[in-house]
Amino acid sequence: MISNNTNKENMKSHVISTLVENKPGVLQKVASLFTRRGFNIESITVGKSETKGMAAMVMISKGDEKVLEQITKQLNKLIEVVKVVDLDPDYSIKRELALIKVKADNEQKRSEIIQHTNIFRGKIIDIGPSTLTIEITGDPNKINALISLLQNFGIKKIVRTGPTAIARETQI
Amino acid sequence: MKGGEAIIKALIEQGANTVFGYPGGQVLPLYDMIHDSDLNHILVRHEQSASHAADGFARASGKIGVCIATSGPGATNLVTGIATAYMDSSPVVAITGQVPTHLIGNDAFQEVDMFGISMPITKHAYQPKNSSDIPAIINSSFELAKNGRPGPVVIDVPKNVQEEELDEKIANLTDFSDITLKTPGYNPTIKGNIRQIKKASKIISNSSKPIILAGGGVVISGASEELKEFSKLIQAPVTTTLLGKGSFPEDEDSFLGMIGMHGRKVANLSIDESDCIIAIGCRFSDRSTGKVEDFARNAKIIHIDIDPAEIGKNIEIDVPIVGDAKNILKSLIKNINQLDVKKINEKSIEWYEDSLMFKRECIPRITYNETPLKPQQILKEISNAIDEDSIITTDVGQHQMWAAHFFNTLKPRKFITSGGLGTMGFGFPSAIGAKVAMPDNTVISITGDGGFLMVCQDLATVKDYDIPLIICLFNNRKLGMVYQWQNMFYEERLSHTDLGQTPDFLKLSESFGINAERITDLGETEKAMKAAKKDGEAILLDIVIDKDEELPIVPPGCGITDILGEYNIENDITGIKNGKNDTFDTISYKKGGD
Ligand SMILES: Cc1ncc(C[n+]2csc(CCOP(=O)(O)OP(=O)(O)O)c2C)c(N)n1
Repeated sequence: MISNNTNKENMKSHVISTLVENKPGVLQKVASLFTRRGFNIESITVGKSETKGMAAMVMISKGDEKVLEQITKQLNKLIEVVKVVDLDPDYSIKRELALIKVKADNEQKRSEIIQHTNIFRGKIIDIGPSTLTIEITGDPNKINALISLLQNFGIKKIVRTGPTAIARETQI
Repeated sequence: MKGGEAIIKALIEQGANTVFGYPGGQVLPLYDMIHDSDLNHILVRHEQSASHAADGFARASGKIGVCIATSGPGATNLVTGIATAYMDSSPVVAITGQVPTHLIGNDAFQEVDMFGISMPITKHAYQPKNSSDIPAIINSSFELAKNGRPGPVVIDVPKNVQEEELDEKIANLTDFSDITLKTPGYNPTIKGNIRQIKKASKIISNSSKPIILAGGGVVISGASEELKEFSKLIQAPVTTTLLGKGSFPEDEDSFLGMIGMHGRKVANLSIDESDCIIAIGCRFSDRSTGKVEDFARNAKIIHIDIDPAEIGKNIEIDVPIVGDAKNILKSLIKNINQLDVKKINEKSIEWYEDSLMFKRECIPRITYNETPLKPQQILKEISNAIDEDSIITTDVGQHQMWAAHFFNTLKPRKFITSGGLGTMGFGFPSAIGAKVAMPDNTVISITGDGGFLMVCQDLATVKDYDIPLIICLFNNRKLGMVYQWQNMFYEERLSHTDLGQTPDFLKLSESFGINAERITDLGETEKAMKAAKKDGEAILLDIVIDKDEELPIVPPGCGITDILGEYNIENDITGIKNGKNDTFDTISYKKGGD
């Protein structure tokens, strides 16, 4: 028996990588498919792919194996969807970009923030009279870690892209 | 050549000479071009009827049904019919007008986002922005609608695109048939995986209680002959879903009937008892399976379907085989023929004979000599008046289930009904479509009084185009199906299910110039139908039936063996009724509404 109410214990985060025809309404179709079928969706990123007229759409979704199977099949059913891969977390690389604006109203705070940023291999991309803006890419966990450090200084704004991912060629 | 002319040319090239439609502001250019064309346009009296008629046309003929409506309210009126076609995998192409491209998004007069609305209820939707794209879009729409698992496709055409001249290169082509759009993401599997077929053959050959469950996919695939051969070969009784009706000749001994909420007792109990279900082209809807946890607990399930997403969606499957039913049945037959068929049959002979015996024990009674008339008796009379090529369409409600039960469908595409969406108002207009598609077949619209009233304006279409339907209106002055549920499950609190005495259906028909007759007595239905067939004119039979006749039902949430209520058993076999039957007397099921 399968239902859309997923079995909580077996819920796993999955990275679903798709190649879609870059046509009007594709994003809407994919997004509404998740809503309509009661699939959970954590993030979705879209961008051009290596092939002309095709876009790569990467989604993060939680669910047990059965639900994931349905998601994959339902996505495949959409005419514009050319390829669907449920990426294996052990054999894929996941990256996200975040821009973080932090309060930095004195010299000491500034230098501390810059230090943290350097440790996390981020970049300072803008300086305001009382703020610093940081750019960081990496695994979502790494970004979360930096954010929690920066919270001590006061965060004014965060924008995140949500993760995108690609399969690894070499195995770990 | 203008966009609208390209639509017409491409439609005719595709063999879609007949369309059902209704004009309006944003399709004026197209209608202007239809005026002088070879397209046979049938003006229905409500867009909903256009989409249902196109659907009925498609289901009766296997061809693609086409409907046209204007933008905004015209398009939204098509929606119910498009959703109905989607749920039952029917190939319909719906063309809607749209406001001119420069106004899209401005909330212009009669603008609605039909492209967006279509997404969850179509297989695909297009909105051509240039008239030169039209030939390819129409061709691709036809391909998508028909290939793989069929379904409706919407083409939303802005008004200016209908008027725009095509590029000369395309306009000058003598025929458009070579131009299609690339659909790299669409590639339905037709042939079944041979390893899966071997696995299935092995399970079948090891089973001692095999049973077949055939769905609408068998009808669509045209696999009835193969199904017959297959069931003979493995000696398995056959059950169907509602949409599978007609996929297997229902007068065959091995036919047990429809399963599900209103399924035949023998079919439901046999599915429950079986150890191997071969399910072909069906999707295990909740109306078929009842409570899924209890469904066929003892059976290994082999599921053949062209849509991989149907496999494992509702029920866990032991052997999935993705592909076309006809193709896969052929392979299965070939494979099993290479095994020791005699030995296989020996294993299941007892089950097979017991099933047939049990079937005979519970053949529901259809002869009733009483008034108000029983629906069973009416269906018997209807059956007596028609032949195996006659097409029945039903609406939704009690009459639909009675028709499914008591009418023996012998050939595919002869029983047309809204299964998945359960759309009241489908029956009558789909009969119009069926009759237009198959003018040489007798077409009967079996409908309830509630559902008929939703679409009765199309009596005008029947009159104007001289479409000789026989409308059998099962008149109980109730929303019968809901009335029954209220009686059974809501303590007889009859909230808004009484339809009162209006209208007078005879006067209603008369005002449209359609013959009508009220039927209150035995034999009158058969007589009137025979006369109508000879007459060759449309007729409405207002058949007054017993409002309190109830359908046996598996209450929602119960397993399919928990049948509440029971049909009376056919008189002349009561001798067998008391006979003992080893296979089934261990199964407990509720009797007589306790
Ligand atoms: C468009 C629509 N509205 C409501 C329903 C719910 N419904 C299902 S059966 C039914 C009663 C149908 O009554 P009638 O057409 O008289 O047929 P009967 O059941 O009496 O044979 C209703 C209201 C539906 N299926 N479709």
